[in-house]
Amino acid sequence: MTKPVQQVETVTIRFVGDSGDGMQLTGTEFTKANALAGADLATFPDYPAEIRAPAGSLAGVSGYQVNFGSKEIHTPGDAPDVLVAMNPAALKTNLADLRPGGMLIVNSGAFTAGNLEKAAYKTNPLEDAALKSAYKVVAVDMSQLTDAALEGSGLSSKETARCRNYFALGMMYWLYSRDVEQQLAAIAVKFGKKPQFVEANQKVFKAGYAFGETAELGLGRYFVPKSTLPAGTYRTVTGNYAVALGFATMAKLTGKQVFLGSYPITPATEILQEMAVFKEHGVVTFQAEDEIAGIGSAIGAAFGGALACTSTSGPGLALKAEMMGLAVIAELPLVIVNVQRGGPSTGMPTKTEQSDLLVALFGRHGEAPMPVIAAQSPADCFWAAMEAMRIAVKWMTPVILLTDGYLGNGAEPFKIPTLAELPKLDVKYQTTPNYNGSYMPYLRDAKLIRPWAIPGTPGLEHRIGGLEKDSMSGMVSYDGMNHEKMVLTRAQKIANVVEDVPDAEIFGKATGDVLLVSWGGTFGSVRAAAEQLQQQGKAVSHVHLRWLNPLPKNLGALLKGFKKVFVPEVNNGQLAFYLRAMFPGVNPVQYNRINGKPIKIAELAGKVLEVL
Amino acid sequence: MATENTALPVYTKKDFESGVDPRWCPGCGDFSIINQVQKALPAVGRKREDIVFISGIGCSSRFPYYMNNYGMHTLHGRAPSFASGLKVSRPDLMVWVITGDGDALAIGGNHFIHAMRRNIDLKLLMFNNRIYGLTKGQTSPTSELGKKTKSMPHGSPDAPFNPPALALGAGATFVARTIDVEGAHMGEVLKAAAEHKGSCFTEVYQNCPVFNDGAYTAITEKSVKADTLLRMVHGKPLLFGKDNKKGIRFNPQTAELEVVTVGEGGVTEKDVLVHDVKRDDPTIAFMMANLALKPGFPTPIGIFRDVKRPTAEDLTWDMINAAKSKKGDVDVTKLLAGNDTWQIK
Repeated sequence: MTKPVQQVETVTIRFVGDSGDGMQLTGTEFTKANALAGADLATFPDYPAEIRAPAGSLAGVSGYQVNFGSKEIHTPGDAPDVLVAMNPAALKTNLADLRPGGMLIVNSGAFTAGNLEKAAYKTNPLEDAALKSAYKVVAVDMSQLTDAALEGSGLSSKETARCRNYFALGMMYWLYSRDVEQQLAAIAVKFGKKPQFVEANQKVFKAGYAFGETAELGLGRYFVPKSTLPAGTYRTVTGNYAVALGFATMAKLTGKQVFLGSYPITPATEILQEMAVFKEHGVVTFQAEDEIAGIGSAIGAAFGGALACTSTSGPGLALKAEMMGLAVIAELPLVIVNVQRGGPSTGMPTKTEQSDLLVALFGRHGEAPMPVIAAQSPADCFWAAMEAMRIAVKWMTPVILLTDGYLGNGAEPFKIPTLAELPKLDVKYQTTPNYNGSYMPYLRDAKLIRPWAIPGTPGLEHRIGGLEKDSMSGMVSYDGMNHEKMVLTRAQKIANVVEDVPDAEIFGKATGDVLLVSWGGTFGSVRAAAEQLQQQGKAVSHVHLRWLNPLPKNLGALLKGFKKVFVPEVNNGQLAFYLRAMFPGVNPVQYNRINGKPIKIAELAGKVLEVL
Repeated sequence: MATENTALPVYTKKDFESGVDPRWCPGCGDFSIINQVQKALPAVGRKREDIVFISGIGCSSRFPYYMNNYGMHTLHGRAPSFASGLKVSRPDLMVWVITGDGDALAIGGNHFIHAMRRNIDLKLLMFNNRIYGLTKGQTSPTSELGKKTKSMPHGSPDAPFNPPALALGAGATFVARTIDVEGAHMGEVLKAAAEHKGSCFTEVYQNCPVFNDGAYTAITEKSVKADTLLRMVHGKPLLFGKDNKKGIRFNPQTAELEVVTVGEGGVTEKDVLVHDVKRDDPTIAFMMANLALKPGFPTPIGIFRDVKRPTAEDLTWDMINAAKSKKGDVDVTKLLAGNDTWQIK
């Protein structure tokens, strides 16, 4: 008997399997189907650092979580409602996250003696009665069903095995009532060059869908209606792609060259890769020999008049520190993108963390203040990249843009802006002498911004560098008073950037019991927790910081409106430390998770309830 | 961006002097080098504003402040990275890199070899005084084995780099050596470097009168230099010695270079190796670069190698221009939309 289709508001699904099982592809394809169906969504891939850990091993498990719904989605979801596990190792490493009573779909065909042993299972967990009573277990021999679907196709057993993920995907399409035709077309495009794989994957996908339809699984069937996202044209972007797109858009808008000097590093590499394909839009990429040369080449290009940027992650940021000091003292525009990851040292390269806030703010020798901006969601990376570049060029300063592994690899719908919604940046180079017929590179305007004269401009030949310079001519100066003046001037200039920093917006009432203060990638979790608590009638508000330096002018006043300031972070309390220093008397309650994962909404809400 | 549309002014040496008095020690070899560079620039066919000098850190790296061009005094060892970014971004500029033996080969070794292998059109001048001067006399990567310095008072246990051999090994398309006291020779080498298009390495033997005085007297003293110095000239046999009778011969049996005397043991000038900077295979150039390591062999100066290869910046811009002509001027809204969109109404 077919059960009626049940309408649900949001669903979180996690696909897990061996890193060779194609779970990232399955996840992104299913995400696309939901996006095309008009759902709001957020995704988070979770993959091992090893490219190919031994097949079937616990270390080799790769996962992809997607949260989609008809209401506004802030995060990829806390606990999955559905776990699709392709082998025992995937089940073992992920089962604890599945919501009690959630649906567990497993490829029982992969639960062989060998795979069970690799996952350190003494007995087959699928035969465990406790598992069946805790979850809705759907054990399907996808291996055998895939083999059957491809019988006579002429594919080798290895090639057949590679199609299994499409069986799982087909089942999910049926389960969540998504459009099959669109996926068949996508397979045709993806494998277009190899017709035998187009046919095979389509066949297996259809078999998975048909299996859902015909088998009596007692699953029910679900439908997530269209979301209430604002009208417009959308696409799905990851944070790293959005950064690249933001920079390329700046090249388009200004007609100037955007130059990226970069060195591959997880999880920032995609920024280099994506920008390398934006050549026709005025982007020049330079893959440097190391992190230092990545930023060095960018500073060289900035001296030449390019809109320069460099991309990296924590260890690379440390290597770039001396170069950032040079960009500060020379006062050249530059954006340093730091896609944060678990540290220190190599740490956890593929796991997310927010632990570079203090190094971004203070991690340079000498007095070297720089504006610091942090993106709050994958799509926001687009806006943050453009804003960072706008500020760098307007104020003639290096700017740090902080994102993180969660934002960089996570994806969400991006509403494509109209031209009118894009920022304005007028890039001006000095072309005439500015002081009695000669050029003074450090003669400033009222905002303390110095002019930008670039090579090729006759009559403005000048020298700059890392030595302290005379406050006008830029010539080397060892005069202590001049140095003090220059240090204070540079600091004041960065403080002046506050005129471009919008006031912090408060979500909720301006006074109350608890003010949640967040920054960067925790926005979604914290906002969702605040929504939940407000719905429960709690006097909880939320302020999210986009600019970390300078801080918004109104922040101090906002903090005073609450009995408690509560700071959740994926680090050991860096924003809390900073707020204590900047606002004496404010002593935030900290909630810190450093487990390589985004903060969970329910956990955070629970912690806030404890202090209310 | 370069001002191509107006005629090239007639320059004199003075046009390239910034007016700032160099702060090098009296007698420093750097004075001679800057003098030759300022003399050479009026003839390179480039406008003053289109020439950029980029330096690292060290005595030599103060150089840009004394030139009336665009210039950047950057970080220790990192000058090639700035210069590479600038040249790839702005191929219209002529970019010189001024560096020293410590700057280029110790802290900046990585940037140095990569600048050479990429074949970016950079004119890199490395002042080699075989000592750290600005920090007052420590061992450098070109200090001789056993040399006693403040940092290695019992003598250096480290074998030095041979800079031209390193540059050749890294793939430089122009490799040369000259000496601070050989003004006219330096002028010729600088002219050739300016004309070359590609990664360009010129080692300048430079005396530090304070911390390593006399480092090169064995090849600069009048009384000995005829026998210890070999001037390589493209297309000419490699001859040296008082009467120009000594020559370098390639011995096919040992596959080594050897010193012979023309007129002795049946040796004629035809046996002497003819210097060829255009040789595609760098092996002979490498042997020449290592010549002086063997006892009794002269130190060669001049150009070791000068070959043509596509430059990295040209290849980069070929790709950019190909992408532009293939895809046309893509509207910003198309860039933002990409290929996979959906509507919410």
